[in-house]
Amino acid sequence: MEISITINGKEVKANIKANTLLSTFIRENLNLTGTHVGCDTSQCGACAIHLNGDAVKSCAILAAQADGAEITTIEGIANGDELHPMQQAFHENHGLQCGYCTPGMVMSSIKLVENNPNISEEEIRKGLEGNICRCTGYHNIVKSIKQAATEMGG
Amino acid sequence: MYELEYSMPSSVNDAVAEIKKSSEAKYLAGGMTLIPTLKARLSSADMLVDLKGANLSNVSVSSSEIVIGSMTRHCDVASSSEVLSSLPALAKLAGGIGDHMVRNCGTIGGSLANNDPAACYPSAVLALDATIITNERAITAEDFFVGMFETALNENEIITEVKFPIPEKASYIKFPNPASRYAMVGVFIAKKANGVAVAVTGAGENGVFRCSEIENALNSSFNVGSIDNVEISPDGLNNAIHASGSYRANLIKEMAKRALNEMI
Ligand SMILES: Cc1cc2nc3c(=O)[nH]c(=O)nc-3n(C[C@H](O)[C@H](O)[C@H](O)COP(=O)(O)OP(=O)(O)OC[C@H]3O[C@@H](n4cnc5c(N)ncnc54)[C@H](O)[C@@H]3O)c2cc1C
Ligand code: FES
Ligand code: FES
Repeated sequence: MEISITINGKEVKANIKANTLLSTFIRENLNLTGTHVGCDTSQCGACAIHLNGDAVKSCAILAAQADGAEITTIEGIANGDELHPMQQAFHENHGLQCGYCTPGMVMSSIKLVENNPNISEEEIRKGLEGNICRCTGYHNIVKSIKQAATEMGG
Repeated sequence: MYELEYSMPSSVNDAVAEIKKSSEAKYLAGGMTLIPTLKARLSSADMLVDLKGANLSNVSVSSSEIVIGSMTRHCDVASSSEVLSSLPALAKLAGGIGDHMVRNCGTIGGSLANNDPAACYPSAVLALDATIITNERAITAEDFFVGMFETALNENEIITEVKFPIPEKASYIKFPNPASRYAMVGVFIAKKANGVAVAVTGAGENGVFRCSEIENALNSSFNVGSIDNVEISPDGLNNAIHASGSYRANLIKEMAKRALNEMI
């Protein structure tokens, strides 16, 4: 089937099989491999993207469902060479180790902060229920998000 | 995932016409249960009929009831000013389902049609005596939940909205599974003009159920102490890897006490 999606500001049209997952479409058709796939059970959040302004798990959505939508992936949040405040904060606070969960952490937490600019540490920890990290123990992730929240205007 | 076709009709009638084209077709709502099970080949469909275009996501409120369209997402119930002011326990329940990304997709209709034994909404529907409205009829909560993953819905029947009578007070507390966030045990308590209703999810072998032991105790004395004296039998409770029946029996009392504490 034909779909048309605006991804990171650019419109793409594609002919896909209706059973194509949005995460597969993003990674394999568009070669935007920053969006990761970390589980089979829709629990890890490594595949988080923004779909029409909401953080969602792209591994649990069909590309067909996103026909006509606007999508932002981890590749679309920096402003040229200038990292998004959330990316910069992860960088400065050692908010990652292997980096596998990081794109999902960043995309998910941008929305947590946008929807709650004065987010508390407890709200951050609760908000990350859908993002699993097997490396960091979360401490520096929470610290990164706290810093980014201040810079993003909270 | 097996190969399939996808369509997004723009009305309930068109959706019914579309699904009748194949015996293997399924409705698609938020996809938060259906897509993962299709992916894992735990279920299959040759066509998905997406209900997103069928105009089923309105929330409205009157003095006696809240009506929620079946395609209303969990995040929208959680943040609805109508729900927050007339039935805050339901907004809280919706805001505690899964995580914020799941709530941005999953819907009340999908959750009820699926009737997962650990899902949150069924407890609210049962305790509040809500009515499930479909394209064919109105179904009482008591008749709707038939068993684990089983409901009274006919083949091709679509839930269009859910009507919740507004209680005097209500509260929902769950003990979430640490990985999935589903309820290991969740208890919804509603204080209504005709008495107290207590519905338990996550614990029963056949899904959600009313807990008459706690209801009787609270109808005679509406305080936390009266729950202490209740005996909950582990018979008929889920004895599975995450928790034994007797552990869940204890959690039912504990969650009921916490829910009650929020009400008084
Ligand atoms: C990581 C994760 C955590 C979760 N945690 C929780 C939790 O804590 N508590 C909880 O309650 N749930 C939880 N869920 C489930 C979530 O709430 C789902 O959204 C819900 O169970 C299914 O709703 P859906 O809209 O996604 O439906 P879908 O997955 O699209 O559909 C589910 C089933 O219902 C049918 N259907 C859908 N809509 C209708 C309709 N209007 N009429 C008739 N049939 C219909 C479909 O054909 C399908 O068989 C979780 C899910 C995930 C992935
Ligand atoms: S890959 Fe999507 S939640 Fe794990
Ligand atoms: S940094 Fe390795 S999984 Fe999070």
